[in-house]
Amino acid sequence: MSEIVVDGEPLPFVEGQTVAAALVAAGRVAWRTTRVQHRPRGVFCGIGVCFDCLVRIEGTGGQRACLVQAVAGMTVTTGEHDDE
Amino acid sequence: MTLKVVVVGAGVVGAACAFHAASAGMDVTVVDRGPAGAGTTSRGEGNVLLSDKAPGPELDLARLSRRLWDEAGEELGPQSFELEPKGGLVVACGTEDLAALREFAARQEAAGVRVEPVDHVRDIEPHLAPGVPGGVRYPQDAQVQPVLAATALLRAAVRYGARFRTGAVVGAVTGGDGRITGVRTAAGDVLPADAVVNAAGTWGGEVGRRLGAPVEVLPRRGFVLVTEPLPPMVRHKVYSADYVANVASSDAGLETSCVVEGTPGGTILIGASRERVGFDTTMNTAVVARLAAQACRLFPFLGGVHLIRAYRGFRPYCPDHLPVIGPDPRVPGVVHACGHEGAGIGLAPATGALVTAHLLGRPWRGADPAAHTALLPDRFFTSGGAPQ
Amino acid sequence: MSEPADLVVVGAGPAGMAAAVTALAGGLRVVLVDSGPAVGGQFWRHPPEHARVAIPTGDLHHGLREYLALCAALSAGRAAGRLDLRLAHHVWSAVRDDEFAVHAADRREAPRERPVVLRAPRLLVATGAYDRQLPFPGWDLPGVLTIGGLQALLKGGGVAAGSRVALGGTGPFLLPVAAGLAARGIAVVTVCEAADPRAWLRHPGALLRNPGKWAEGAGYAAVLARHRVPVRPRTAITGAEGGERVTSVRIASLTSDGSPRPGTERRVEVDAVGVGWGFAPQLDLLLPFGCELTDSADGNAVVAVDDGQRTTVPGLYAAGEACGVGGAPLAVAEGRLAAESVLADSGAAPALSRKSLVRARATVARQRAFARAMSMAHPVPAAWSSWLTDETVVCRCEEVTAGAVRAACAEGGAHDHRQVKQLTRAGMGWCQGRMCGPAVHCLAAQKRAYVPAERLVATPVTLGALAQLDE
Repeated sequence: MSEIVVDGEPLPFVEGQTVAAALVAAGRVAWRTTRVQHRPRGVFCGIGVCFDCLVRIEGTGGQRACLVQAVAGMTVTTGEHDDE
Repeated sequence: MTLKVVVVGAGVVGAACAFHAASAGMDVTVVDRGPAGAGTTSRGEGNVLLSDKAPGPELDLARLSRRLWDEAGEELGPQSFELEPKGGLVVACGTEDLAALREFAARQEAAGVRVEPVDHVRDIEPHLAPGVPGGVRYPQDAQVQPVLAATALLRAAVRYGARFRTGAVVGAVTGGDGRITGVRTAAGDVLPADAVVNAAGTWGGEVGRRLGAPVEVLPRRGFVLVTEPLPPMVRHKVYSADYVANVASSDAGLETSCVVEGTPGGTILIGASRERVGFDTTMNTAVVARLAAQACRLFPFLGGVHLIRAYRGFRPYCPDHLPVIGPDPRVPGVVHACGHEGAGIGLAPATGALVTAHLLGRPWRGADPAAHTALLPDRFFTSGGAPQ
Repeated sequence: MSEPADLVVVGAGPAGMAAAVTALAGGLRVVLVDSGPAVGGQFWRHPPEHARVAIPTGDLHHGLREYLALCAALSAGRAAGRLDLRLAHHVWSAVRDDEFAVHAADRREAPRERPVVLRAPRLLVATGAYDRQLPFPGWDLPGVLTIGGLQALLKGGGVAAGSRVALGGTGPFLLPVAAGLAARGIAVVTVCEAADPRAWLRHPGALLRNPGKWAEGAGYAAVLARHRVPVRPRTAITGAEGGERVTSVRIASLTSDGSPRPGTERRVEVDAVGVGWGFAPQLDLLLPFGCELTDSADGNAVVAVDDGQRTTVPGLYAAGEACGVGGAPLAVAEGRLAAESVLADSGAAPALSRKSLVRARATVARQRAFARAMSMAHPVPAAWSSWLTDETVVCRCEEVTAGAVRAACAEGGAHDHRQVKQLTRAGMGWCQGRMCGPAVHCLAAQKRAYVPAERLVATPVTLGALAQLDE
């Protein structure tokens, strides 16, 4: 199994999974905090329509975790602890 | 006797006319074929600008309007339409530009605009590209959310007794002396009126024709880009000095000069293109790409920021790029209030006050008809009343 | 492929695949573009080619023989240099000047984006649909997903979002998702179907003429029975509770108008939920062209097409859910018919035999009748909004509540979703009203069909990529 790096921690994934699938496989369904009410959010539509699952990938924000294929060594930063 | 006024158009200008006329005690009916603020009002950034105006009749109106926006904020609550006195920052991209900008600002200052030359623009706008030689800050520039503003003004007018009706105006009813006595709607109703205000914005030319008082108001297409929501990154309404030249331009075809600003919702707005293509609604990807490129040159961080929406609208302009505000000599009772181009949001309250002053025959809330004669429709007509 | 293309097909789901294959068979040069990592769309969603051993999903699919045949034909088209297959390309706009220009961001090396313009004299839009959502208290809790989301994780990544799952909403899509989860050992504790199964009795013809649908339904029913999954008609999930994650749902029986029957509400413990109320067609690329729309029986406006899948804009064709939600067999048949029209309009000889053409037309007629009957039998419950409290979030992106939307309608005078958006920001966020649009529409203007807001930018694209386009 390969690994991506999520908020500095290694996270295993199966080749072919999206970043969201890797997070869900690890038991996580929330990894972002909403801008207004600071509520937890994660995967909802799973097909790139709802934008709930946004993460930062290799430093670029606004990436839909459900669409981006996990690649070994990819750096993922979640919005769990900020208000993005 | 209470003056019966029909305001045609429920955009921000029509709403402001209704607000001022109703608060002056007139019997006001606003009529629009659609809902409040659904036309050009909903397609603007909400500019309340002094910075882009050269000394002259439009700046005189803009200075009055800026004060009246503050007064509207006090009366209606500034949050009800997101009034933000954020200030504008005009930046020069070269030293020659800077000299021209400073000279322009000095003339504006002489006309009563507050201007603050800035040498180190990144001190007040930290994410601007390095290498900008300087700029001018205009603390009076502000922003409102246009649809909320139109809705709030209209609601306040209703509190003063105004009515809002949905319907299209198809013609005027005139008395034996040629004076207007009402308007006819598509539904066949006649709304009695002593005066009719043409506040139909981009469609003001057509409404004028239907009232027997045609004025030349033409559409100029503009796209505005909206980014993903971000934490505050852009503090002012920031634009490059060439915008000043563009607004007054009468060249056909595409012009873009980018204006970048944040909003209370976190999105960044990037405007604004200007094209003379009639009412063509099609998307123009080249315009979008050009605006994006200009915005990225001003604020390099935008390169990694997503565009999530683009909208386009049709700004109403008169051939001389001044709004037409005042009574039409050809059809007594018709008062025009349209043709504001990209400045309709900013100029709305002063337009409403000036129209009200014309209807009253005396100054109203600081609007004196004698001080704004350059905006009268007469300028388009020869003495015989025919278009020049 | 170096020579200019004859046709760009946007969307490589069942409709787009079938269209591309037929157009290739007719000798055309085709560009097929999709945002996903593999062809198949949502219905035949697969992990990328290289990952199919590690993530086996064959057991989750229906109609795989057709999929594999289409894949083989596409591969042959690529080998012959006549198909330009663009996966991981996100189309943000399509415009027409002297020909069609499809603007995409190439995201094969995401997050990097490269602007791409794909040109052809003809354009076929087959962009499918996504789950239609109705908000309820707690629907924004982590662990509450769309049923399509549960399915996508399972089919695309081989993962389940929970171990005790409740499904709710309406429509036949609930069953395959329940069966798929159950087959993978997930406890599907309840399937709440709001509709009354007896509604089907009013449309017996549509069922009788579609034996394939019977067989498919019976297959799911057998799986669900084997795993003891209870399917409860005339019930709905009317609330979800939890903190960092959903821990329970409230389930109620529904009266005939869809309001909860007093006294029937009960709580069920879960760690994941899937909801969906039919589908909303993806019309974003079509609306800016000004194509004529038509009302479909499910409450959506869809793009109007003639019997050859031509829209009212010359050179622009549509197939699949954008012309009315109806499932994969309908989409495949519409794709073939659309490609035949492209061939005919380009002056090329037909690709399908007369017999195949007759069969495709018959399939379209039969499947559309079935889709109509299905939407009549699985309506959005009239009284669904009685589940909402004023605090319920309706717009997930901008966190606009039902109370604010109601106030905009009652006090602000808003009578469509566009005005509600201007007054409340509902629909102004990242998803641009794709999630809340149908619900806000129902709250503001119940009677009319839902026409989504015109979105000139069909998917987010970085300003940097756009700036490159300007160079």
